[in-house]
Amino acid sequence: MCHQTVCLVARHLEANGLPTVCLASALDIMQAGRAPRTVFIDYPLGHTSGKAFDRADQLAIVTAAVTALEQMTTAGQIVQLPQQWGDDDWRAEAGSSQGNDTRQPRDDSPQFQFATDRDAALAAGNLRAD
Amino acid sequence: MTVAYMQAIRARYARLGYPAYRWYLADSAPPWQPLPKPLAASRIGVLSTAGAYVCGQIAYHYKDDTSLRALPMATADDDLRFSHITENYLVDAKRDPQCIVPLQPLRALVASGVVGGVAANAYSCMGGVYSQRRVRAEIAPAVLAAMQAEHVDAVLLIPM
Repeated sequence: MCHQTVCLVARHLEANGLPTVCLASALDIMQAGRAPRTVFIDYPLGHTSGKAFDRADQLAIVTAAVTALEQMTTAGQIVQLPQQWGDDDWRAEAGSSQGNDTRQPRDDSPQFQFATDRDAALAAGNLRAD
Repeated sequence: MTVAYMQAIRARYARLGYPAYRWYLADSAPPWQPLPKPLAASRIGVLSTAGAYVCGQIAYHYKDDTSLRALPMATADDDLRFSHITENYLVDAKRDPQCIVPLQPLRALVASGVVGGVAANAYSCMGGVYSQRRVRAEIAPAVLAAMQAEHVDAVLLIPM
């Protein structure tokens, strides 16, 4: 869903004069959404800018995405990065039609990562006590 | 083989008895704007859809939250938080935010001169918004206004 959102936002920015590049890891959603420039990294969702704690991997991926702004010349082009995740076990689960709905229940109250974040937001005046 | 997410989600929701989700299928060629100056002289803006916020800011909610947060570029990892309808994808990001919100690599690209600069703030939203109408009407114009206010030359968008 995030990938679809990014396609819509990228097209809006580009139509209003701002060049964009999407760094993405769901190829089919990007193909459907036809963003102006896409750099595809074939990693599991949640690692779009690299493997956790792998600073070299993160820098290489972000560098490739940013330099694509200058290098790509065709609207709608998708460039695939050569980086490999390693084991492929995640693919079966990610692509399974048998999986459960892993989304959180829809709820319109703020979902703080930590309870203390609520106190910090209250203290900063960004959240009203109720 | 790359993962066929749209097909998997369609089949999964059908099996669970949900109405079919109508994915966005672009029916026109993408707009195109060339980079107006060399990358090394360009100021880059960033949007992450991972639901990132800074401790002290309000978290996102799970019901098509279309709000944006400004994350100061110098934000330390320890101050970055996440809330997103698909929390299951955030396990690693909560240990190392750089795998989804790459502020460190972007700062390094400025230091090494690959890019001319970055906006004072990166921006985030909770990209799991199912209403395409609300993405177009609320998120897209807000991101455009934020990027224009940051005087960026180009934008890097990072979906989760």
